[in-house]
Amino acid sequence: MFAQQLVNGLMLGGAYALVAIGYTLVFGVLNLLHLAHGEVFMVGAYVGLVLALAGFSPVVILAGAMLAAATLGVLVERVAFRPVRNRGSHVTPLITTIAVGLVLQHVVVKIFGAEPVAFPAPFASAPLDLGLVTLTTLQLIILGTSVVLMALLELFLRSTRTGMAIRATAENQTVAGLMGINVSLAIVVTFAIASALAGAAGVLLAWNFAGLSPFFGVKVGLKGLAIMLLGGLGNVAGAMVGGLIIGVVEVLSVAYLASSYRDAFAFAVMILILLVRPTGLFGARLSTG
Amino acid sequence: MLSDHTISILIFAGIDVIMALSFYLPASAGQLSAGQGGFMALGAYTAAYLTVQYGAPFPLALAAGGLVGGVVGLAVGFPALRLRGLYLVLVTFGFGEMVRVLFLNAPAFGGPAGFAGIPPATTIWHVLGLLVVLIYFFTRLSGSRMGRAFAALRDDEAAAEAMGVNSTYVKLAAFAAGGVIAGLGGALYAHYTLFIDPEAFGVGRSLFVMLYAVFGGLASFWGAVGGAAILSVLPELLRWVKDWREIFYGLLVLATMLVRPQGLLDATLLARLSLRGERAAARG
Repeated sequence: MFAQQLVNGLMLGGAYALVAIGYTLVFGVLNLLHLAHGEVFMVGAYVGLVLALAGFSPVVILAGAMLAAATLGVLVERVAFRPVRNRGSHVTPLITTIAVGLVLQHVVVKIFGAEPVAFPAPFASAPLDLGLVTLTTLQLIILGTSVVLMALLELFLRSTRTGMAIRATAENQTVAGLMGINVSLAIVVTFAIASALAGAAGVLLAWNFAGLSPFFGVKVGLKGLAIMLLGGLGNVAGAMVGGLIIGVVEVLSVAYLASSYRDAFAFAVMILILLVRPTGLFGARLSTG
Repeated sequence: MLSDHTISILIFAGIDVIMALSFYLPASAGQLSAGQGGFMALGAYTAAYLTVQYGAPFPLALAAGGLVGGVVGLAVGFPALRLRGLYLVLVTFGFGEMVRVLFLNAPAFGGPAGFAGIPPATTIWHVLGLLVVLIYFFTRLSGSRMGRAFAALRDDEAAAEAMGVNSTYVKLAAFAAGGVIAGLGGALYAHYTLFIDPEAFGVGRSLFVMLYAVFGGLASFWGAVGGAAILSVLPELLRWVKDWREIFYGLLVLATMLVRPQGLLDATLLARLSLRGERAAARG
């Protein structure tokens, strides 16, 4: 029973981590909060829904959602971040991204309605009995996809030139610029990657919950913020571990306490850790662990 | 006289202005709080519980709402001593969420079904009265020792401390006072809507409170007043766009922030306005 809950939590946590990585990448590079990230995630999931209803294969659904979310993320950077980057305080992007989030939410309401809609399962999911725990193939796919995406991100940040440029920009924008790094490009790539991961997470969680609504992004977005804090702002590895922790805590609190407390625990854990270690579990720095 | 509909718009706008001021106060000391909805919930539930369960007179319930908001504000101020900037935004965010979930799980307060049967007590005069008091308070504050300590802390914490500002004391005072104002706002809200539920004070509320104040501009409390007044009446003015309303609203806020990244009333505009006032005074 406990082992089963643990596995369920890890699966949920993997998808949460993908959202949190997006927040933390943007924060690491820009030192700003992206409050429309939850909506980018939600729009990605809806694009996945359209593809799923059109009968495309799960791979196409996932890729399509990631591509759409990445495009949207770059657009958000263009509209809500770049124009105020050097002119406002660090509060201004909070407001511009809230406004963008509001618009995205209600554009989706306009197209798909405000009610939750069912998300078709990608394939007939068979339970897999592993003795101690039972996994469905769908769960395996969700967990596997999150792990693969996180590994790819890690590899990208660690060993490609663009990844290095992103890390350098996070370290110090001015110096990175002086070293010949195209800072604006690094920022755009960061938004594209962060948003693509959110789009993937959108589809994975929509598969998991078998449905979604235009307000899906708010809840998950909040959780992503909590996870980013837990792992340390700008710390990618921290977001991965933090996501898994929050996923497990959430599933365990639903299993052993009241389900209505599920959201409180994420924040209670987060506030507790912050009071003891204000820089998060692993310190704040855009590092590759 | 004014129709009931107009009065209800004015009351809600007034409460929004009060909430925006509750955000502005700690913000004027550099402490950004994304959890004002949580303080509002505490004030609303405290006051409503007192009037419903104990038949407490409204002024007493109102005061209790403010008090609870202030005490919790003080408690939330403590982590604020260690946290800065966006970290603080996130922790106060978490605080607001926790308050919401606590009320969601408190059967004594109705849980998710909400708390109903609150006697009507709030009138436009209560809201206006509190606003007048607050505006007087803020005008007095800006020139006072405390007000200058707030500004010093916001501009440069290290320098402020070097000049003898007790940052611990000032930050706690700012948070507590913000909590009092938000608690009062919540108490007024509860006794006007007559029904409250935890969702009314969630993240959306906290974010909109922040939006109002920043949209108006953080250079002066008049920014918070104006921003909240404009943005809470705006949906009424956008009735003609029907269900495109939220989209229009979002686009308008976005466009305004792009043109005026520091909000409508920024430091430059403020300086120009006060200069004009001084000139007029000199002429007259």
